[in-house]
Amino acid sequence: MNDRTALLKKIDIPTLIIVLFLVGLFVLAFITGVAVPPLIGDSLRRIGMNGVLVLAMVPTIRSGIGPNFGLPIGIIGGLLGALISMQLGLVGFVGFWVAILLAVVFCLPLGLGYSWILEKVRGQEMMVGTYLGYSIVAFMSIMWLLLPFSSPDMVWAIGGKGLRYTLTLNDYFGSVLNDFMKIKIGSFEVPTGLLLFFAGTCVLVYLFFKTRIGLAIDLTGQNEKYAISSGVNTKKARQVAVIFSTVLAGIGIIIYAQSYGFLQLYRAPLYMAFPAVACILIGGASLNRATITNVIVGTTIFQTLLTIALPVLSQVARGDITEVLRMIISNGMILYALSRAPKEAT
Amino acid sequence: MEKILEMRNICKSYYGNQVLTNVNLDLFPGEIHSLVGENGSGKSTLMNILFGMPVIQNTGGFEGEIIFEGKPVIIDSPRKAMELGIGMVHQEFMLLPGFTITENIKLNREITKKNFLSRIFGKSLETLDIPRMRKDARKALDTVGMTTLDEWIPVAGLPVAYKQFVEIAREIDKKNLKILVLDEPTAVLSESEVKGFLEVVRFLSKEGIAILFISHRLSEVLEVSDRVTILRDGFVVDHGPISSFNAISIAEKMVGRKVEILELPKRGKNLDETDVIMSINDLHVLMPGEMVKGFDIDIIRGEILGIGGLAGQGKLGIANGIAGLFPSNGSVYFEDEPFQLNNPGFALNKGIVYLSEDRRGVGLLLDESVEINITATAIQAYGEFMKWLLFLKIYDKKAIRQHAIKMIKELDIRCKSPSQPVRRLSGGNQQKVCLARAFTLKPKILFVSEPTRGIDVGAKKLVLDYLVKMNREKGITIVMTSSELAELRSICDRIAIVSEGKPSAILKPTDSDAEFGMAMAGKFQEVIMGER
Amino acid sequence: MVKIKNILLSNIVPIVFVVLCVSAIIIADIPINFLVVEIITRITRNSFLVLSLLIPVVAGLGLNFGIVLGAMAGQAAMFFAIDWGMSGVTGLIISCLLATVIAILLGFLSGLLLNRAKGKEMITSMILGFFANGVYQLFFLFFIGSIIPFSTKTMLLPDGVGLRNTVDLWGTLEGVLNNIWIIRMGQYGMIRLYMVPLIIIIVLCLFIFFLFKTKLGQDMRAVGQDMYSSEVAGIDVDKVRIIAVILSTVLAAIGQIIYLQDIGTINTYNSHEQVGLFSIAALLVGGATTRKASIWNAIIGVILFHTLFIVAPSAGNKLFGQPQIGEYFREFIAYAVIAFALAMHGLETKKSMAIQKAK
Repeated sequence: MNDRTALLKKIDIPTLIIVLFLVGLFVLAFITGVAVPPLIGDSLRRIGMNGVLVLAMVPTIRSGIGPNFGLPIGIIGGLLGALISMQLGLVGFVGFWVAILLAVVFCLPLGLGYSWILEKVRGQEMMVGTYLGYSIVAFMSIMWLLLPFSSPDMVWAIGGKGLRYTLTLNDYFGSVLNDFMKIKIGSFEVPTGLLLFFAGTCVLVYLFFKTRIGLAIDLTGQNEKYAISSGVNTKKARQVAVIFSTVLAGIGIIIYAQSYGFLQLYRAPLYMAFPAVACILIGGASLNRATITNVIVGTTIFQTLLTIALPVLSQVARGDITEVLRMIISNGMILYALSRAPKEAT
Repeated sequence: MEKILEMRNICKSYYGNQVLTNVNLDLFPGEIHSLVGENGSGKSTLMNILFGMPVIQNTGGFEGEIIFEGKPVIIDSPRKAMELGIGMVHQEFMLLPGFTITENIKLNREITKKNFLSRIFGKSLETLDIPRMRKDARKALDTVGMTTLDEWIPVAGLPVAYKQFVEIAREIDKKNLKILVLDEPTAVLSESEVKGFLEVVRFLSKEGIAILFISHRLSEVLEVSDRVTILRDGFVVDHGPISSFNAISIAEKMVGRKVEILELPKRGKNLDETDVIMSINDLHVLMPGEMVKGFDIDIIRGEILGIGGLAGQGKLGIANGIAGLFPSNGSVYFEDEPFQLNNPGFALNKGIVYLSEDRRGVGLLLDESVEINITATAIQAYGEFMKWLLFLKIYDKKAIRQHAIKMIKELDIRCKSPSQPVRRLSGGNQQKVCLARAFTLKPKILFVSEPTRGIDVGAKKLVLDYLVKMNREKGITIVMTSSELAELRSICDRIAIVSEGKPSAILKPTDSDAEFGMAMAGKFQEVIMGER
Repeated sequence: MVKIKNILLSNIVPIVFVVLCVSAIIIADIPINFLVVEIITRITRNSFLVLSLLIPVVAGLGLNFGIVLGAMAGQAAMFFAIDWGMSGVTGLIISCLLATVIAILLGFLSGLLLNRAKGKEMITSMILGFFANGVYQLFFLFFIGSIIPFSTKTMLLPDGVGLRNTVDLWGTLEGVLNNIWIIRMGQYGMIRLYMVPLIIIIVLCLFIFFLFKTKLGQDMRAVGQDMYSSEVAGIDVDKVRIIAVILSTVLAAIGQIIYLQDIGTINTYNSHEQVGLFSIAALLVGGATTRKASIWNAIIGVILFHTLFIVAPSAGNKLFGQPQIGEYFREFIAYAVIAFALAMHGLETKKSMAIQKAK
């Protein structure tokens, strides 16, 4: 009994509210007769689709920098990778893996530059990260118009210059992971490949934090002085964390896009950091503690909530209330984390 | 004469650590009363209580009562203290750099005049009356002897001594000032500035203001005070008129404790005084508050060397400098090879391990498990407890657990399991975890600072015994820095006393209290010279 | 020589912008008359909002991204005033009063929140803006007409719940302030000065100037420099900060009303969104930092930032043949200038912390 109350105490109040809300939605789904199985399949797809982006929060949080609000920086790297893969006319898994490979190649220097700036502004990383992310998105919007991409599927039909707002991936690497070993039972679909990829990345990140450099990042985040006295180069540890997070963001957007079926350019990456931050916080992370479990739990709760909410709430309320819900829940969660009194000062 | 202030039976604890126990302090109008004690003896806490600082309220208040002018009072905010007429010049300056001297002197006591909007919206929109504020500020500055200082220049960029006087001017400007607390006011002043400063203090006391003077410089205490109260470990160990003390007796009281003569186990073979493991020459360490300004010593292989001295004299800086945690320079040789300073990794790789005096801040990962705390540094610095998993080298939980269990047994660490977070352990057990971590690193020299601070008696003995055991059995050289002279004298082979960042004497544990007292007061050389 | 270099360096942002603006004007080849008209319009329209940012900067809260809340309050007040059949000057005054009441409440709540997030005020106020936007949408998209009565059916979506995307102010509140007193200047009277909004802006400037000469203003300046020292001096730090946020929110609410009566239509779900971004960018372009901002920073910032805003699309078109480039460029500029200012802020905080540590 005591253990159970202790567990309850450990769960954040907002997380509890969100879980209760989710349960309420399921109940409502049964009452209104909305078919649940396809929704579950849908929610699985969304978990896999967003999971890697949420995972990208782990390294920076654990290194003491806080959530990576500069996620769009990595996303830009990922988009570049995907675009070049498309321009080369690569399709299927080849296209997918080349995109990932290129994304990593682009994200490494981007992450390096980003980490250099963050190191200069220790203590203000969240805000600076946010606006660096915004800036690079706006800057790349110009580049999308100017870069010499020429595949007719990608550029505007009229004029033949400048990339389109959204690019269809169907003929390239759309859904390659989702369809890999897909299990289909009636209207219930399991995107096995996608989930496997997400699980694989989770395991990799988990193992990474058991290596020496991973542990160095952990030590740096938890107690910088302890880390220094253990011979850790804390600047380098943070640098690795930021680069790792940026690379994960780059991979994450490719996973997202292949599952979504479209590559979204221009302003689309602008606000992608916030739901990812919210996910990991809902999963029980704080601004300086995060685990893989937080990622999986948070992504599951939040994405399931959004999937279920749309059809269920449209039965009782009008129109697309989910977008509003998403805004309130995700930003509310971040606000809660920001305003939480820091634990006992050292 | 009636007492203006009495603090009775004050008790205070932070996070379960008792820092003040039944402290009594009284004050007469117009007297200069010195409060002396080591760092961590509870002086600052006592003054924070008197001044109603937020840190006291935020950590659960205190016990005991404060009687002001014969009536019990509750001081729960600085504002309350000010209303009563208690002023304080803080150790760290409470001046706003962007404000002028006048604005600082008049901070939150600005003179205002009514205007159109203030009639509607109330007092807070009244306009500042700058000319009158300047006049008051001028007067206060003149009182402290700063007649040439312009009252309308910004505080930023003023020399520290001037800032100190501005702080005092601000307190004097309070018309109802009855008690003035000066918290280490002379720490930042040069010798000639101190002279002028003490004159001002005397002048103020003649005006009838009671002054509580906190200082580490015993010569000033002797020169200026009427009475003195000595604190140690949160207890009042002695008090009385200044005439009944001298520098040595005060120093002794501040640090002294009955020396328990422990029956130390014999060494297998005697120390070879020519076998120097580390030679430190002209070490300078830039550690704020504990500056080392040219320290030399040769550490003999296999010895337990003690480093003692009063707080702020630099004893803590030495180990911090060698371990690479604070910028330092000097020439240091380890096993006859040049030793790189400012490089924590180098020190660790050479087998030089440092256990910080700041246990919670530096020594531990409070939210991590006992086992990770014990092994993290070994994993990081030496790559121990690792195994291969396909292409990744990761740490081996099994090996870590095994080692942790062994250390927990050996040091009798009281924890529920090796996976319990360290935050929940008591201070003594946390310190044992630190020791376990240090010995996991198989040190050649162990620098350990304040190993028994804030832990209970039983744990203290265990910690000291374990240090001796490791020294005797494994031959590990130990350099122990401590404010507790008694503990240094109980286990060390020799004790270096630091004064003003330099070695003032190297003594044997059997030397007399008086010799230790003199060395600490920085008077060793003078006295010896005098005797000759 | 060193002095000149320092002056140049500390004003690097406005100087770069002057260069940018001048070259953009030359490239775009825009008639000066047109430009002057546009700039004057924008000064009338935006200055009040930008000025609403000053108080929190001085009080040490940094750039208050939470002025979005004030803007929402202003808009909400206008919706209701119109619904109650108000128009003209009365309608505007009622709007302002209602907006003030809502803004005081919102400002109080955000003040409480920001006091819980000391040291992280900017990111908190930014996220608070997003959060409030969600609540705002919930309110005006789902509650209006269903839970909250609203009688003007023409403003509602076809099914009677939720406000339409745009609300036209024509005939109700459009140009109410502008039209009271207009002075025409220049060729054919092309340059029109809307005197009343301009006078209001001047009055606000005077008020801010006055505020910092009062006890309250002095407390704000003190708190802005060092919360700890201020508290020890007996200033109620939390209260002063809350007052600063409330004042900022109220001013933003009124600022938004002035802005919207000039524009003439309300984009129900977008008008407020970019208010924070563009006002902050303008203030920073004027040479303000997260710790220091003056009335002049605000005015110069509005002029420079909006000049670039006006000419960037045509300049982009001339240079690359794509007006979109100019659009994205000005967006980039807005973000980049904020990122730069924040980075400088971070650098300074780090430096001052290092100095304190060394003490």
